[in-house]
Amino acid sequence: MADAARKLDTSSSALAVRDLQAWYDESHILHGINFDVAPGEVVTLLGRNGAGKTTTLRAIMGLIAKRAGAVQFEGRELIALPARTIARLGIAFCPEERGIFSALSVDENLMLPPVIKPGGLSRDDVLTMFPNLRERLSSQGTKLSGGEQQMLAIARILRTGAKFLLLDEPTEGLAPVIVQQIGRTLATLKNQGFTIVLVEQNFHFAASVADRHYVVEQGRVIDMIPNTEIQTNLGKLHAYLGV
Amino acid sequence: MFELLGIPPQALFGQLLLGLINGSFYALLSLGLAVIFGLLNIINFSHGAQYMMGAFVAWMGLTWLGIPYWGALVIVPLVVGTTGVVIERLMISKLYHLDHLYGLLLTFGLALIIQGLFRNGFGVSGLPYSIPSQLSGGTNLGFMFLPNYRAWVVVASLIVCFGTWFAIERTRLGAYLRAATENPTLVGAFGINVPRMITLTYGFGVALAAFAGVLAAPIYSVNPNMGADLIIVVFAVVVIGGMGSILGAILTGFGLGIVEGLTKVFYPEASSVAIFVIMAIVLLFKPAGLFGRTA
Repeated sequence: MADAARKLDTSSSALAVRDLQAWYDESHILHGINFDVAPGEVVTLLGRNGAGKTTTLRAIMGLIAKRAGAVQFEGRELIALPARTIARLGIAFCPEERGIFSALSVDENLMLPPVIKPGGLSRDDVLTMFPNLRERLSSQGTKLSGGEQQMLAIARILRTGAKFLLLDEPTEGLAPVIVQQIGRTLATLKNQGFTIVLVEQNFHFAASVADRHYVVEQGRVIDMIPNTEIQTNLGKLHAYLGV
Repeated sequence: MFELLGIPPQALFGQLLLGLINGSFYALLSLGLAVIFGLLNIINFSHGAQYMMGAFVAWMGLTWLGIPYWGALVIVPLVVGTTGVVIERLMISKLYHLDHLYGLLLTFGLALIIQGLFRNGFGVSGLPYSIPSQLSGGTNLGFMFLPNYRAWVVVASLIVCFGTWFAIERTRLGAYLRAATENPTLVGAFGINVPRMITLTYGFGVALAAFAGVLAAPIYSVNPNMGADLIIVVFAVVVIGGMGSILGAILTGFGLGIVEGLTKVFYPEASSVAIFVIMAIVLLFKPAGLFGRTA
């Protein structure tokens, strides 16, 4: 990316990531990630396995101990803050492994994340959005099907009042009908003013929900493609993703 | 009078009661260990010393400040629990990035230091702590004589154990604790202050030990070794029940107390090893303990 982009005015962005680097122990995973997310946008991070997409989300969320660069959220610098403080500023995270607690019932899982600011969905709103969960509230969290667990993982962060969501591969391993339901949910959330960063392997799903796509390769953002130009860039994308 | 297998009922019920009393302490202490182990992954070797501190602080409160038994039941767990909070903040919290063995070594060392300090200050002969006047005497149940204070110990232990179980398994705060035990990183990413929760959990586990110490003060003489003698058995109880299981710790605590009591009736020679024999058998067939979760 051009140097000009690095110094880009970040005041209009909900999230501005500049030269983000991250390490697991000694291995250097992110080598300078740059991207922006405007308020109300749905943005995906696309890329092959091991490109650094998940690591990017975890680094933004403060879950990687060794990280450097700049992550500005609504004008505040997050890079040195612990995860709990970042969460309190209004970023909600849904991990790839979904993170449903087996020691908690579905209802307890749903009610676990504390409300950090007003304006979140009520318990009833959430259960209307995911009606399957309503019938399973007293089940053990991990007794749900994979699709239901994914819905629960998304549902519980919608209650918190955070309007900025980091979703790590919400469609992974799910049946097409469930993927469609999650797609409709994301569209609803966008209409309600949520801003979403989505890590995806499923390119067709990404194209159906997102405004823009960032391509990640070897720990760097190597391209940005608006969803409106996706048809003209299909050849390039296939080369990036190896699909 | 009827007899059971040639055992006079007074002896049988007497030993059953004694078993229940011991079980009350096993349950309270192993519950504290289980709560601490669940969240901190540390085997709190200073638990026995903290139980002993509970008894001593109750004695000091009564002797030096005139704080009666009932006040001590509330104040002592708070005071000793606070020392736990300080120990966690200043020492244990520095070890979380290391192997769990370091936590065990640290708390073992602390136990030796605490016991040594109390031995220096108070000697080993033991200090008397009298039963509160409201609970002195006893009730004749017809088949046996029940000392009121001992009945109270069983009831108090049951109440505290059940209350703790309820708080952990059935409340919002307990859900945080269970979730953080399972995946502290994600709980932190929801905006919950996990390090503070760990500190308070350790303080609470220590407070449970101190509460047991106050309950014990009028029964056993208050002396610096009282915890060291008891804690070995409590560790066996925790191993049998399964590390980190709340209900397991409570049920095994009471159950093994009773088993030990019955052994004293039917085969007294084995009474001091009964729990360890059970531990060996359980470890052979269920290495994670009767109620333990296999990782």
